[in-house]
Amino acid sequence: MRSFCRLFEELDRGEGNLARIQALASHLQRLDPADAAWTLHLLLGKQRRRLITARRLRLLAQEITGMPEWLIEACHAQVGDTAETIALLLVGQGRSAEGANAIDSPPTSAAALSPRPSPPAAANLDPAAADWPLQRWMEEELPRLAGLDGAEQAAALAAHWQALVGGEILVLNKLLTGAFRVGVGPGLVVKALALASGLEESLLQHRLMGEFRPSAAAWQALLAAPSADAVPASRPYPFQLACPLEPERLAGWTPSAWLAEWKWDGIRAQLIHRSGELFLWSRGEELINASFPDLLAPAAGLPEGTVLDGELLVWPAAEPRPSSFGELQRRLGQRRPSTRLLAQAPATYVVYDLLEAEGVDQRPQPLLERRRRLGLLLEALGQPQLRPSSPLPLADWDDLERWRARARDSGAEGVMLKDLAAPYGSGRQRGPWWKHKLDPLRLDAVLLYARNGRGRRANLYTDYTFALWTPEDQPIPPGSGGSSGDPPMAGAAEPWAEGSAAAAIGAEPEGARTGRRLVSFASAYSGLSDAELVEIDRWIRRHTTERFGPVRAVQPELVFELAFEGVQRSSRHRSGIAVRFPRISRWRRDKPATEADTLATALALIQP
Amino acid sequence: MSLPADGLLRLSPEGLHCPVADVWIDPWRPVPHALITHGHADHARPGSGEYWAIGSAEGILRRRLGASIDLHGLSYGQILRRNGVRISFHSAGHVLGSAQILLEAGGERWLVSGDFKRQADPSCTPFEAVRADLLISEATFGLPIYHWQPTATVVAELIAWWRSAPQRASVVFCYAFGKAQRLLAELHRAGVEEEVLLHGAIQALMDPYRAAAVPMPPTRPLSELDRSASLAGRLVLAPPAAQGSSWMARLRGAQCGLASGWMAVRGARRRRGSGRGFVLSDHADWPGLLQTVRQSQARRVVLTHGQGENLARYLREEEGIDCSVLSRDDGRSESRSEED
Ligand SMILES: [Zn+2]
Ligand SMILES: [Zn+2]
Repeated sequence: MRSFCRLFEELDRGEGNLARIQALASHLQRLDPADAAWTLHLLLGKQRRRLITARRLRLLAQEITGMPEWLIEACHAQVGDTAETIALLLVGQGRSAEGANAIDSPPTSAAALSPRPSPPAAANLDPAAADWPLQRWMEEELPRLAGLDGAEQAAALAAHWQALVGGEILVLNKLLTGAFRVGVGPGLVVKALALASGLEESLLQHRLMGEFRPSAAAWQALLAAPSADAVPASRPYPFQLACPLEPERLAGWTPSAWLAEWKWDGIRAQLIHRSGELFLWSRGEELINASFPDLLAPAAGLPEGTVLDGELLVWPAAEPRPSSFGELQRRLGQRRPSTRLLAQAPATYVVYDLLEAEGVDQRPQPLLERRRRLGLLLEALGQPQLRPSSPLPLADWDDLERWRARARDSGAEGVMLKDLAAPYGSGRQRGPWWKHKLDPLRLDAVLLYARNGRGRRANLYTDYTFALWTPEDQPIPPGSGGSSGDPPMAGAAEPWAEGSAAAAIGAEPEGARTGRRLVSFASAYSGLSDAELVEIDRWIRRHTTERFGPVRAVQPELVFELAFEGVQRSSRHRSGIAVRFPRISRWRRDKPATEADTLATALALIQP
Repeated sequence: MSLPADGLLRLSPEGLHCPVADVWIDPWRPVPHALITHGHADHARPGSGEYWAIGSAEGILRRRLGASIDLHGLSYGQILRRNGVRISFHSAGHVLGSAQILLEAGGERWLVSGDFKRQADPSCTPFEAVRADLLISEATFGLPIYHWQPTATVVAELIAWWRSAPQRASVVFCYAFGKAQRLLAELHRAGVEEEVLLHGAIQALMDPYRAAAVPMPPTRPLSELDRSASLAGRLVLAPPAAQGSSWMARLRGAQCGLASGWMAVRGARRRRGSGRGFVLSDHADWPGLLQTVRQSQARRVVLTHGQGENLARYLREEEGIDCSVLSRDDGRSESRSEED
């Protein structure tokens, strides 16, 4: 545990990637297989089980520190993270006010470890708990802690908090709340693994797809020589990803060497049929069989040893185009979809590629050949819910732009361009696959409310709600209604997760010109530089008109251009619309609030 | 507004004002008579008629406010009388020449802490605890998540980080006035004798510290170092504003760190982008704030700067002290501590 915490601190410091890869590789080499497996599991962010709620941890910290609840909440708001808040409070606890005035002592290793609080009840604890191997913590101690009740759990946890130092308390708390993340991507972890083991990155990536149950055996299998590779039936291949098209490259290419197809706005997924079983994996490496029984039934007719790569969409049979992404989200959320939902939002799998046929890896084959075989395979299957992606004919490169211009009408988010001669690669490589996305929709909107960000932005006002103008006397347009439980759209839902600012506030500000008012319609927190965020944070603090808990209402003055991928009617939003993936594209310092866009402009963007 | 209406000080548009003595403390706008706690830009502003400050702050104040300002240098504890008000300056331990300012009249003692810290600092006079009836205190780090480790621990960490990269330069961003010289003095105390390179903004403030005989390693502006000289293994100090500026061109490939109290929180560290955070502040931490309030024995406490609301509530509810936050929400810019 102690060495794992040191690794965490080292990786968390955000030094260069190369240094982090080296640090991780040498750390992994020093570990025994079981601890290495657990380390990998944790670094890949796969420990998501919550053993104790963050709230309970805070209550316990309150009990131990004797600090009032509101003060702990205030600290939490500043830090943005329960685990870290508690670690900071506990490390500080031991320092009496008199101690703060003492002449600094010379550095010793113990000095860094700071004094400890005394726990309410001294539990029997192995004093060397911090030195227990990670495996013991993960397999024995954490489950034991989670299984204790009330006072026993409090005493056991307090004893650990007392025995551990700041960084270790942080890691323990994060493991308990299922919030353990390290700021290293899976790519970096795989690179470190490759460095530590001498194996190919692509092989390691493949072996890591699907489930990795941390154990000594799993670690040994992961690092086994390539020939000894026995693929578990469920294991998907790493997805190949595309880069944004650089249009100036087109001039050097021949259109007939490329495949153009729609870039659908659904969920990328791999469908596997091996050993008589079907596995549907999302790109996020989640097994989503349970949510899509209406795809698994027709897929059962696929030959043994088949792996497909395609896009999950909701696409009612009679419709010329797929439904919006919101409909698909309704399906994703349901692990046991009702017959009614299945009828309302039927799934379709549009297949892009054939990765395995008759148990043989097809990825080295050129795309042209893979698509030929895929066509034959799906034709033989004869199930409309599994259909091949249709090529978009390209006589010349102007056709590409013509297709792209029609993408929104076709319900797609752009066009893909794939090299017909290229094998199927892994990850995002420049060259074989390009995406040519639609230009986003844009609106100029007025900043109305702000609240502080989470995590690293916890002490800045960085989460904003924006508004558009609407005539005073005009009722808000009714939402699309339809089903009662209109699903929230990703990123665009209520202004704030809890206690929506707009909901807390009855009336919204009146316009400078009479007869107009601002209605909030979207929240966004990304797209600005850190320097801009700091500047806007200052502005917000000086131009606050009202405060609602953590939310500040500001004078309606600043205008931002928002980019987003689509607009839908929504009865759940007071504006009557919901936008998809809103983000801030720039700060319109040049525009006064009176010249921001109107709700009518936004409504005109809604697809028929 | 949270100052008693009939007290020694009130909040005017120019800042804290003592009408009886006709003086302002750290005024935001030009006034006839300004008492200055210390030379940071959010406390010392140009344009006033006469200034009073601690003598060792003179070099810095003249550099920042103009060489020809009408400045009266005082020593700690010296008494200044104006219209029946006894005024004295007491060490704040914040930076060279920093002071708390005490006003006494009619048996009432009002103390303005300015910025202060309780940790030892070899680059300035240590903090002096002063008793007062009413205390106006800073509260920059007014949450219990802020509690400073011994400076020597942080400095040892910084030195180890620097020594771990002998093949490239190490740049530590730190505030140009106060933090930089404190770091240099701490490096000296830790046995560092080799030359440290400085950004021009820090170099400009070195003379007053050298004049005050603060022991520091030799220093030189980076700009005076021959272009062809290798920077491998060299330690460079620069103000945070230099980060990302063209000045950094010469330091491409260097490892970077930032010395600030805010670095105590991981999120703040990560927001600074790549680089190491060293938790080192010239302000009091939570225990230091509490201790100062207690030692002052003040019946009434008014807080400025930063996390005032939380500390005020804590003092009211947990310590039974009449405490509030000095409201500045009357159109003036929110004063953020310059050197945080
Ligand atoms: Zn200061
Ligand atoms: Zn200040």
